[in-house]
Amino acid sequence: MGLFERLKQGLSKTKKNLVEKAEVLFLGRNVDESLLNELEEVLIMADVGPKASAEIISTLKEKFKKGELSDTVGLKNALKEEIKLAIQDGSGIKITKERPYIILTVGVNGVGKTTTIGKLAWRFKNEGLKVILAAGDTFRAAAIEQLEIWAHRSDTQIIKHKSGADPAAVVYDAIMSAKAKNMDAVIIDTAGRLHTKTNLMDELKKIKRVINREIPSAPHEVLLVVDATSGQNVIHQAKIFGEAIGVTGIALTKLDGTAKGGIVIAIKKELNIPVKLISVGERIEDLRDFNAEEFVGALFG
Amino acid sequence: MFEALSEKLGSIFKKLKGRGLLREEDLTAALKEIKIALLEADVNFKVVKDFIERVKARAIGKEVIESITPGHQVVKIVHDELCSLMGGEDNLSLSQRKIHLSPNPPTVIMLVGLHGSGKTTTAAKLAKGFKKDGRRPLLVAIDTARPAAIEQLISLGSQINVPVYGTKAGDSPVRVCSDAIKKAHSEGWDVVILDTAGRLHIDEELMKELDDVKAAANPKEILLVADAMTGQDAVNIAKSFNDRLNIGGVILTKMDGDARGGAALSIVAATGKPIKFIGVGEKIDLLEPFHPERMASRILEMGDIVSLVEKAQEAIGMEDAIKLQKKLKEDRFTFEDLKDQIKQIKKMGSLENLFGMIPGLGKHISRSVGTVDEKEFIKIEAIINSMTKKERESYAIINGSRKRRIALGSGTTVADVNRLIKQYLEMKKMLRMFKGGKGPGLNKFKFPDLNFFRGRS
Repeated sequence: MGLFERLKQGLSKTKKNLVEKAEVLFLGRNVDESLLNELEEVLIMADVGPKASAEIISTLKEKFKKGELSDTVGLKNALKEEIKLAIQDGSGIKITKERPYIILTVGVNGVGKTTTIGKLAWRFKNEGLKVILAAGDTFRAAAIEQLEIWAHRSDTQIIKHKSGADPAAVVYDAIMSAKAKNMDAVIIDTAGRLHTKTNLMDELKKIKRVINREIPSAPHEVLLVVDATSGQNVIHQAKIFGEAIGVTGIALTKLDGTAKGGIVIAIKKELNIPVKLISVGERIEDLRDFNAEEFVGALFG
Repeated sequence: MFEALSEKLGSIFKKLKGRGLLREEDLTAALKEIKIALLEADVNFKVVKDFIERVKARAIGKEVIESITPGHQVVKIVHDELCSLMGGEDNLSLSQRKIHLSPNPPTVIMLVGLHGSGKTTTAAKLAKGFKKDGRRPLLVAIDTARPAAIEQLISLGSQINVPVYGTKAGDSPVRVCSDAIKKAHSEGWDVVILDTAGRLHIDEELMKELDDVKAAANPKEILLVADAMTGQDAVNIAKSFNDRLNIGGVILTKMDGDARGGAALSIVAATGKPIKFIGVGEKIDLLEPFHPERMASRILEMGDIVSLVEKAQEAIGMEDAIKLQKKLKEDRFTFEDLKDQIKQIKKMGSLENLFGMIPGLGKHISRSVGTVDEKEFIKIEAIINSMTKKERESYAIINGSRKRRIALGSGTTVADVNRLIKQYLEMKKMLRMFKGGKGPGLNKFKFPDLNFFRGRS
């Protein structure tokens, strides 16, 4: 199966719930206000969120008033364009010339941080990069063991301390080790934390300070991992993590399971943080760079 | 981020104040706002639609009570309706919210849910709860899919001194369960908690595996562990698991975050099954019973208004809240006031509720204040009672010898007195930020550490 086909398959649930629902809605209908209102409901049901949905629909309504949407085919295309516009410049992960390239991974509990890191490490390794994983989740039981298994699978090195150790110290060691061994990238795992816990957010700030002290330009990427099954709370998460440590991109996981990938649209529209990675399956190669064109293509194609 | 529902409704109903009965046209705009509020809280769209119809039917023709605004009154109706939907006390007896135990031990409890919903942590929390009740729980790790899932449960088990029956990755879940139950029989473990692997509700193969585990283990309770942050898909997730396994109830996790938890309403509406517990922290003892009223307030993000309406109806509390607010604004918060507040808190159940009463304050504070140990209040009250009137009014005069006297008089230590003074000062300092109602620090506001209430053990 080609990569695009795989993406399409992973997004089939979202497609079914967003695009196909819209298509059924359009059957035998003329474009009018009430059809657009019903379309808004479809968007909300796909977790696009009331605010972003209202914005998209009001743009479509304007186009309709100007006579630009004569039939439902035109409406479907306009919807596709609006969605594409909303999620544009999601760019994927790119490792620049900086060495070692530091990626800090954060997020609330249970979103799939460790799994994402494992998949990312595997990908970098395949691209010929030398990667070190930093087991910065010293809190959750067996989190270190979980990352170790991934390190083994992806044949990458891991720096770990004991459970309960200071995560900033683990990060420090990982950076030192990466510098000494001329490694290309360090991917840092952190404990899941709810964004409302100020002490835990302070811990993240400390980790960032330690990184920053050793490599002034780092972290080069602060990746917020988000569960696609989540609803509007993601907006709060992104906002508060962003304020604390400056999120540079989002990795959206479990997109294959949810019928509601619409949160992609809400995140970009409300916070302007690009989605960089999406996970559309449990296989190690199912973590992909996000590409708006491809995403919309898979959705509407 | 979003304007409070109460404020929006307030302006909508402004012209309506104190006028006869609520009519449909008065309600239209209000119901639209309520609809958006529920959607922002992630309640499923279809559930919202049905719900709005119910509220409409109940609200039309209601008399507008003089003492409160129609907006508040509509919110009260919404709140009550939410409560009853989520199984208000009248709908669901408390025993239905508990976990059913089998007359012939072991009672087998099976936890199911999506990836990352918190099954393993919840399993440990349940085990600790049972242990506290004098039972002998056995944890069984049948998540053979996720790397280190078994190690995670073993590690949690050892923290709470509960044995974990786990095998190595790759074993058949059905075999592991059967073996574990046999072991429980022969060794006298009376509650067996099965921690299954996370799976997607649409993954036919893995859902089939749950059927097999169910058939082999014959669990008394199957509990769906669901993340409070779940979005619109909560309905489908809950429905899939329930249709397949006929679950007995739900445990809603990660409630210590700021998700408004509309998923709770969606899940109950989709399955008709009760939410039995909520998870409110990463420590192993933080599993709490589910309270429909609190959940309703949370979904509406407006506990303050609902409480105000209730208090207005009961004609208590309001005046005190206003008095306190005035004091806060004037920076005249003394130990005497702190003592009054503690009395209030005792009456109202929690500090959260009290601060929730103060318009504009509740939202910012409630999320940073946890539950407070009532016993600690006695200590604080004793310390304040041992102060002279002068000392209560101006803390600055409390020197070393006064501290010794206060400690002696209250049966505490000088360190306790110091701690209380320190906390009082912190509280005072942060309250100062509220002067005028909109200090610059309002958004960055952090409630002082209230650990002294919990005794810092």
